[in-house]
Amino acid sequence: MNSFFERRYFIQALFIVMAVGLLARLYYIQLIDPQYTVSANNNVLRRILQFPGRGPILDRNGKSLVQNEPVYDIMVTPREVKPFDTVELCKLLGIDREGFDKRWKKAVTYSRGIASPFEKQLPVKLYAALQEHLSEFPGFYANQRSVRTYPDSVAAQFLGYIDEVNDDDIKRSNGYYHRGDYIGRTGVEKSYEQLLRGQRGVHNALVDSRGVEKEQYMHGALDTLPVAGERLISSLDVRIQKLGEQLMKNKVGSIVAIEPSTGEILCFVSSPTYDPNLMVGREHGNNIADLIKNPYKPFVVRPIQAQYPPGSSFKPLSALIALQEGIITPQTTYFCAGGYQAGNHWVACTHHHGVTDLRLGIEGSCNVYFCSVFDKLMNTNGIANTRNNYIDWKARVNKFGFGAKLDVDLPHELKGYVPDTTRYDKVFKGRKWRSSTFISDAIGQGEILATPLQMANIDCIIANHGYYYEPHLIKRIGDKEIIKPEFTVKHSVDIDQQYFEPVIDGMQAVVDHGTGAGSKIPGIVMCGKTGTAQNPHGKNHSVFVAFAPRVNPKIAVAVVVENSGQGADWAAPIASFIVEKYLRDSISSRPSGKTPEWIMAQNLLPEIKGSKPVKADTAKHTAADSAKRVARLKKPADKKKAKNLGGQILAIQTRNDEDQ
Amino acid sequence: MRTSNQRSFFFNVDWITVFIYLALCTIGWFNIHSAVYDDKYPSIIGLHTNYGKQLLFIIASISLATIILLLDSRFFSALTPFFYGMTVFLLLLVLVIGHNVMGNQAWISVGPLKLQPSEFAKYSTCLLLARYLSGVNIKVTEVKSFFAAAAIIFFPMALIKMQPDDGSTLVFCSLIFVLYREGLSSYFLIVGAMFIGLFILSLLFKTIFVVGGILIVFGIIIAIVRRNRKRALTALAGMILAIGFTFAVPFVYKHVIKEHQRVRIDEWLQLSTDLKKAGYNVHQSKIAIGSGKLWGKGYFKGTQTRFQFVPEQSTDFIFCTIGEEWGFAGSVVVIGLFVFLILRIILIAERQRAPFSRIYGYGVACIIFFHFFINIGLTIGIVPVIGIPLPFVSYGGSSLLSFTLLLFTLLKLDSNRMGIAGG
Repeated sequence: MNSFFERRYFIQALFIVMAVGLLARLYYIQLIDPQYTVSANNNVLRRILQFPGRGPILDRNGKSLVQNEPVYDIMVTPREVKPFDTVELCKLLGIDREGFDKRWKKAVTYSRGIASPFEKQLPVKLYAALQEHLSEFPGFYANQRSVRTYPDSVAAQFLGYIDEVNDDDIKRSNGYYHRGDYIGRTGVEKSYEQLLRGQRGVHNALVDSRGVEKEQYMHGALDTLPVAGERLISSLDVRIQKLGEQLMKNKVGSIVAIEPSTGEILCFVSSPTYDPNLMVGREHGNNIADLIKNPYKPFVVRPIQAQYPPGSSFKPLSALIALQEGIITPQTTYFCAGGYQAGNHWVACTHHHGVTDLRLGIEGSCNVYFCSVFDKLMNTNGIANTRNNYIDWKARVNKFGFGAKLDVDLPHELKGYVPDTTRYDKVFKGRKWRSSTFISDAIGQGEILATPLQMANIDCIIANHGYYYEPHLIKRIGDKEIIKPEFTVKHSVDIDQQYFEPVIDGMQAVVDHGTGAGSKIPGIVMCGKTGTAQNPHGKNHSVFVAFAPRVNPKIAVAVVVENSGQGADWAAPIASFIVEKYLRDSISSRPSGKTPEWIMAQNLLPEIKGSKPVKADTAKHTAADSAKRVARLKKPADKKKAKNLGGQILAIQTRNDEDQ
Repeated sequence: MRTSNQRSFFFNVDWITVFIYLALCTIGWFNIHSAVYDDKYPSIIGLHTNYGKQLLFIIASISLATIILLLDSRFFSALTPFFYGMTVFLLLLVLVIGHNVMGNQAWISVGPLKLQPSEFAKYSTCLLLARYLSGVNIKVTEVKSFFAAAAIIFFPMALIKMQPDDGSTLVFCSLIFVLYREGLSSYFLIVGAMFIGLFILSLLFKTIFVVGGILIVFGIIIAIVRRNRKRALTALAGMILAIGFTFAVPFVYKHVIKEHQRVRIDEWLQLSTDLKKAGYNVHQSKIAIGSGKLWGKGYFKGTQTRFQFVPEQSTDFIFCTIGEEWGFAGSVVVIGLFVFLILRIILIAERQRAPFSRIYGYGVACIIFFHFFINIGLTIGIVPVIGIPLPFVSYGGSSLLSFTLLLFTLLKLDSNRMGIAGG
């Protein structure tokens, strides 16, 4: 029995050793190896992002330009799908069998166990029909989201559009954006992205093994609520915006209107335009592709991306600089014999004004007057000083916002062009500078290029007698209606106030009985300047700049109608309608007899070279000519372009492009 | 207490064991409560939820324990053949009218309750084994007695294997320690351990290496015992047996062991790892326990178990809830209680004058230990998945009642060890 007695200890020892084995293993997995804690969190913790509503954008009178509308993403978790009536689902979603297979494959490739979008952005109407049957399709469910909607379908380029983020966006955002997020691509949607998108909320949930949420993690201590995007009040007046877009129908060009006392942009038409609602919904990808193919380039934001020679609309600026420099007084006269001899070149002036003072010079857009003034300015302190005089002159022009960005609150603004001395140094190749060579700068031709926004801004400066505010599109941000501080900074152009009145006299005369007389608004004193921008590629661009009323100006406007001819014919009446609509909310008759309806009905779309004539349809077409030009001019500091223009300088454009 | 007349029946009851028993039942109930809590049925008692039913089972078990303690201890020895016969009958019956749950035909319905005869088979087999071995002139060392004892064990085993309930079948193997305690040759244990070891090694390594290892180990043994001709021959026989077994393993593994068992063994030995299918349960179980850390996540805060990442949370994998919600500290307490209980049972067994009681006591210890070790071992991946409950802790009426029966019968025999000396 003794030997048996010892066996009890053996058995006990064996049991204890085995139990210690269990403890050792538990010690290892519970206290040493951290992988199980990580796996446990991966199992149950789900960071669910909660998306805030994107901020709405209103016009200056509180009318909604962009708002949010619910749509539904149909999600699918392939593993949870049970056999169902495929045909029925296809019918409800409005897709075919092939499309179904494609989507299904995509979802399965993504994950069998995790839900992914099967069909995105189902509109409310379709969803309403689907909703009743959704329970027949286990594994499918709907996720409500909101998309942008544009009640008036206006200001497409101004507002821009949003689109799903791509890999680059995700990388650039340092992890802020996730697949499936939306980001502003163009326009205000892009430049105010950070304000509009709001703050995402995070909901930390604990889910069970089937992914069903069971409870909040740490009772929501780490959760944050989504903060809706800021509401933006734009400076746009939807009444004149609409009118402007209608007036520009079947035309290529821009209308920019600014309130001089604030810099707020009232009207921002880029034509041809498109319906911003095309950028939303299931077909948005196709719509974008179509618009990109459109030869008239509706995505070009012409008010800030098209650059034109300002033409005669530049003359008031020329006059102001000469006055400030003391080269002329309002009483200084030059004799216009119908042309100006600049070296070997003849700058014609069709009007044959005779003795011309400043006022008549502006009213009659006298090339001789301005060439003479410019020549005198460039030769101050002797011919040897021309180069320095040009540098001074350029600095003054730059002050007016030419050749530099105005920092409007939109992406991809172009800065126009005022040639550097280096440009002309190349032309002169070491020879002495001669004012006759670049005399066309005096009359807004030659190398100078400006965007319609810059042109409108010049008129703000004149209306304000010497200063401007950065033109901007968003006047108030959020519920607190914050104004960006940079928009309240006065930018002086360093021209004494007293010099403006004579120039304004001339501009009033332009509309009262000069080149713009046909567009005079009864009872409103409008000061303007017609211009015809030479276009070496085709018909000239019609330009008109103006502000009104003369006393206490409320609106400054610049209109460019590409390839349409003279400023007085198209740009001036369009500008006058915009001004009157804004000031009076009605439109009276014009001396020229032109009515808004008549202008709207005109098709001035340039023909596209090498392609079939196209139907007149604003949203779809533009002249190849102008499109090419815009595309070419879009590249600032394009060396090739610089060369071409250098060539043009020597062959000075001598034709008079002035009105009448 | 000992002075109270009313409780005179319980004079000699081993209260320490009773206390551990109650502690384990309580721990079990709370963990079942946490693992499968259902908002719809907040009541802690009732027939809708496992915790509601478990509380009823605990009450029933305590009643049963009381009844056992009130019975005459001779009753158990006397009725042993009847119990055994009854169990065999039920095991046969279950094969005919039993409910098939997950491939196991193990349950007989009695009204609203489901009875699992295999649970009670452990009890009756223990009793009959004790009664047989305690008989006059019965010695395990004798071949005839050994085979008789083995037959008592194998008969219910075979019937349970036919259900087929592998876990419960294997439980009976633990009774080899009872025979060992009663004098069975050590060679049985050695050969058994050798077979298990070789089986694992053969799966992990190439046969040629295992055979090489056997040759080296036995070569050394033979070299040591070479002067003792008998021992040397025994060692040589052992070597041949070992080599033969090693060569047989691949065939057995491929053709005898069933697919689902093979998968479990593969996962256990990490021969294949499929965390989504075959390895899912154990992987999730390890995650639950491992994430409990030192102090655990707290009662009702175990996310892995409560959110159904771990399967069979209230039965085979109940230890996950303990490990997750009470951490290493809780695990140590539970393991400590079990070890203490088993050592206590062996102590009780050893203090019996009657061989019947002693042998029965060892049977109880072996069965509880086997359940304890395999159940906890499988949740942390140190043994392959063998579905058997954790005694007193896992959910299940048959299991709780049969373990109560097992334990309290021993306590009853123990309480009378003085009174019916030689009994």
